[in-house]
Amino acid sequence: MARAVTQQRKIINTVLAWVIGLLIFFPILWTFLTSFKTEATAIADPPVFLFFDWTLENYTEVQNRSDYLKHFTNSVIIAVGSTILGVLIAIPAAWSMAFVPSKRTKDILLWMLSTKMLPAVGVLYPIYLIFIELRLLDSKIGLTIILMLINLPIIVWMLYTYFKEIPNEILEAARMDGATLKSEIFYVLTPMAVPGIASTVLLNVILAWNEAFWTLNLTAAKAAPLTAFIASYSSPEGLFYAKLSAASTMAIAPILIMGWFSQKQLVRGLTFGAVK
Amino acid sequence: MGGITLSQVSKRFGTTEVIRPLDLEINDGEFVVFVGPSGCGKSTLLRLIAGLEDVSGGAILIDGNDVSNTPPAKRGLAMVFQSYALYPHMSVRKNIAFPLKMAGMNKAEIAKRVDHAAHILSLTDYLDRRPGQLSGGQRQRVAIGRSIVREPQAFLFDEPLSNLDAALRGNMRLEISELHQNLKTTMIYVTHDQVEAMTMAYKIVVLQNGVIEQVGTPLELYRNPANLFVAGFIGSPSMNFATGLAAEKYDATTIGFRPEHLKLFAEGGDWHGTVGVSERLGSDTFLHVNIDGIGQVTVRSDGDIDIRYGDTVSVTPDPARIHRFDASGVALQ
Amino acid sequence: MATQQSRSAARLMMAPAVVLLLGWMLVPLSMTLYFSFKKYLPLRGGDLGWVGFENYSRFVSSSAFWPSVQTTLIIVGSVLLITVIFGVLLALLLDQPMWGQGIVRILVIAPFFVMPTVSALVWKNIFMDPVNGLFAHLWRVFGAEPVQWLSQASLPSLIMIVSWQWLPFATLILLTAIQSLDSEQLEAAEMDGASPLKRFWYIILPHLGRAITIVILIQTIFLLAVFAEIFVTTGGAFGTKTLTYLIFQRVLESQNVGLGSAGGVYAIILANIIALFLMRIVGKNLDA
Repeated sequence: MARAVTQQRKIINTVLAWVIGLLIFFPILWTFLTSFKTEATAIADPPVFLFFDWTLENYTEVQNRSDYLKHFTNSVIIAVGSTILGVLIAIPAAWSMAFVPSKRTKDILLWMLSTKMLPAVGVLYPIYLIFIELRLLDSKIGLTIILMLINLPIIVWMLYTYFKEIPNEILEAARMDGATLKSEIFYVLTPMAVPGIASTVLLNVILAWNEAFWTLNLTAAKAAPLTAFIASYSSPEGLFYAKLSAASTMAIAPILIMGWFSQKQLVRGLTFGAVK
Repeated sequence: MGGITLSQVSKRFGTTEVIRPLDLEINDGEFVVFVGPSGCGKSTLLRLIAGLEDVSGGAILIDGNDVSNTPPAKRGLAMVFQSYALYPHMSVRKNIAFPLKMAGMNKAEIAKRVDHAAHILSLTDYLDRRPGQLSGGQRQRVAIGRSIVREPQAFLFDEPLSNLDAALRGNMRLEISELHQNLKTTMIYVTHDQVEAMTMAYKIVVLQNGVIEQVGTPLELYRNPANLFVAGFIGSPSMNFATGLAAEKYDATTIGFRPEHLKLFAEGGDWHGTVGVSERLGSDTFLHVNIDGIGQVTVRSDGDIDIRYGDTVSVTPDPARIHRFDASGVALQ
Repeated sequence: MATQQSRSAARLMMAPAVVLLLGWMLVPLSMTLYFSFKKYLPLRGGDLGWVGFENYSRFVSSSAFWPSVQTTLIIVGSVLLITVIFGVLLALLLDQPMWGQGIVRILVIAPFFVMPTVSALVWKNIFMDPVNGLFAHLWRVFGAEPVQWLSQASLPSLIMIVSWQWLPFATLILLTAIQSLDSEQLEAAEMDGASPLKRFWYIILPHLGRAITIVILIQTIFLLAVFAEIFVTTGGAFGTKTLTYLIFQRVLESQNVGLGSAGGVYAIILANIIALFLMRIVGKNLDA
C-alpha cells in the first residue's frame, strides 16, 4: 500500500511474523543443532539449546556405519537423472504445444496433468510385477524411469507455460533465417528459455528427491535413495538422536537450499499456472 | 533474380476463406506494398509468400520455380517482422550473423558481411550490445541488417514501422527507400498506413477481405481508383462521396471528389453549405462543410483562409477530377 | 497458424511424451483392473481364477474398510482446515510491511522441502517420543505426565505432522494470490468506509476464493496419497490406517493382490473425481 504505515504497526507485524516463522522453522533448526551434539546431550533434560560442545562426530559416524554417501549418490542420480530425462522428452512436446497449437492441444495438456493425479497405490502391484519381470527392482534405472514418468506432466506443463511467453515471431524469424527445426530449438528457443528450464529442473529435482512412495516400495539396500535410507532409522531403540539428526540434516540441506532459490517458480509449477 | 508470381493462391483457416484465389505478378527489383485495413489478409499473403503458412490452393513461384511446398528457410527470402523478432540472448553482431551461420558460411566471410551491413546501417558502434540495450529505431536497423546480409532474392517487411513513433517512422521510411535504391532487390512491404504505401511503393496492391481490389502505381491509384473502396482508402484526407441528385447529374450512382479538388466561393458555386469545424495545419486548412443535399464534405483550402464556424459558403468541384461509380461501386470511365 | 510441415513435426515431437504417459497410464491400470476381478494370492497358490465383483464387495465389507475411510476423511479434512485457515492468516501477515520479510518467508516455506520420511522421523523421535522427546521435556516442566503421542493421540499427532508439511504450500500460494490483489481496490473500499474486517470479508476473501479452491483440490489429491508419514510413524497401527495404507497392506503385506487391486480401483475413481474439478479450473485458465 502506498500509504505510510505507522512504525508501531510495523514493529508488531515484525515480531509476530518472526515468532511464527521461527516456530514453524524450529523442528528443522532443532534437528540441525542436535546433529552437532553428543548422543547424551541430545536427550539431556532439560534440553540444551546452543551451549554445548559442538562435535562433527555424528556426521562421520553416519557415513562410516551406513555408507551415507552411497545413498546420497543414489538420490542425486535418481533425482537429477529423472529430471534431465524428463526435460529432454518434454522440450519437444512443449515446443509443439506452445508454438504449433491445435484444437486438441488443450485436451492433451489436461490429460497429461490428470495422469499425475493417478494414485500410486492403485497401480503399486502391476508396477511391482513389471519391475520383477524386467529385473528393475532395487535398481537406480527403474526408479529413475518411474520418477521421470510421474514428474513428466509437471515438466511438460511448466515448460509449456514458459515457452508460451516467447513470441512466435522470433521462431519464425529463425525459420526465415534458414534455421532447421533442430537449430531453431537449439540456438533460439532453448537459450531464450534458459530461466524457465532452470526453474523447471530445480522444482523437479526437489520433487524427485523427496518422493517417498515408489522409492520406499521399489528399493532395498542397493538402490535406496535417502528417503528409504532415512526410513531405516525408524527403530526407536538406543541413543541415536544425534546421528538421526546428522543424517536428516544432510538429506534435507541440499534441497532446502535449492527450494529457497525456486520459491517463485514453485507456485507456478505446483498450481499448474492457475495461481499467478 | 527475384520475380515472384502468385497464381490462383488461396488460404483458408478452417472454413473461413482469408485469401480468395488471386493472381499477382511482382517483377524483379520492384518495391511492392500490400495495403489494406486490418484483417484484409495482407499479412497472411506475406506469410504465404514467406512459407510460414501453407497455401490452401494455387502456387507461388519465385524466379519461375514453384516453391509452394518449400520450407521458409529454402525460399531465399528475408523477412523483417513487426516486433523485429531479434534474438534477445545474442549480441547485435550475432543477430546479424545468425542467418549466415545457419547457411554454414565460414567465419571470415561472416565477419566481413556483418561489418559491411553494420556500416551501411550505422550500427558499427553497437555490434556488441544486446537488443534490449537498443532504441526502437536501432532494433529496426538490426532486423534489417539481419535480412540484408544473406543477400536474399527478396525482402519481406511485415508492418515494420508500426512500433515506432511518428518522427522515427518518417526517417525509417526514407532509409528503407534508400536501401531499395542501393540494393535494387525485390521488396514486399505490408502496411495498413496508406501514407507509407503512397510514399514508398513502386507498385501498390490494395486488399480488402482477402481480395485484391486494385494494383497500380501510387499515382494510378490516386487518379483512377478502380472502385469505391480504393477511392476511399487512398488519399488523405479521404475522398468525399455523394449520391442521389448530385450524382445523377453526372450519370452515376455515386460520385467522388477529393478535398483538394474543390473550390470555395463566397457565393455562386454549384453547392451551398455551412462551415463546421476547420482543421488548420498551417500549410493547408481542412474545412468540414455541411452541404445541402449531400452532407458532410471535406474541403482543402489555403492555410490562411479567413473563415469561421457557421459561415455559409459555396463549393464547386473540378469537373475533370470527378470520379463516377456505378451501383456496384465500380468506377465508370 | 502454421504450415503442414511444422504441424507434422509437432506431432512427431509430441509423440514420445504422449506415448510414454499413455503407456504409464494404461498398462498398470489395465493390470490393476484385471487383478481386481481375480482371486490372486502370489504366496498362497497364485492365480486362483476369476471371481467377478467379489473383491470389490469384500473390500468394502471388510471390517477395516469403514474405519480406514473415516481415518482418511479425518486426516484430509483436518489438514485442509488447518492449512487453509492458518495459511490465509499467515499469508495476510506476511503481506504486511515488516523487517526481514524475505527471511521470514524462507523460514515459513522451509518445511515443504523436507522429505516426508525425515519429517516423520524427526517428529516421531525428537519431538514426540514419550521419554526423550522435546514435548515430554516440556510437559514435565509443567509437571504433567508426558503423552504417548503416536499411540494415545495418534491421529492428532499425524495430522500435526502432515499439517506442518503442507502449511507452507498453502501459505505460499495464498500469499502469491494476495499479492496479485490490486491495492487500489482496498483503498477504494477504505474510502467507502469499510472496516478492516469488512475489507477482508468482502474483498480479500473473495479474491482468494480461486486460490483456496486450488489449494484444497491439489492438497486433497496429495493428502489422499499420504504414505511415508504413516509408514514411518505408526505403520498403520493405532487407528491411523488410511485407505491408501489399507490397500498397500493388502497388496504388499498380506499379498492379497485381487483384493488390494479392487481397493486400488476405488482409490483411482475417488482421485479422478477430484481431479475432474481441478482440471476444469486449470482448463478455464488455459483459455484466458
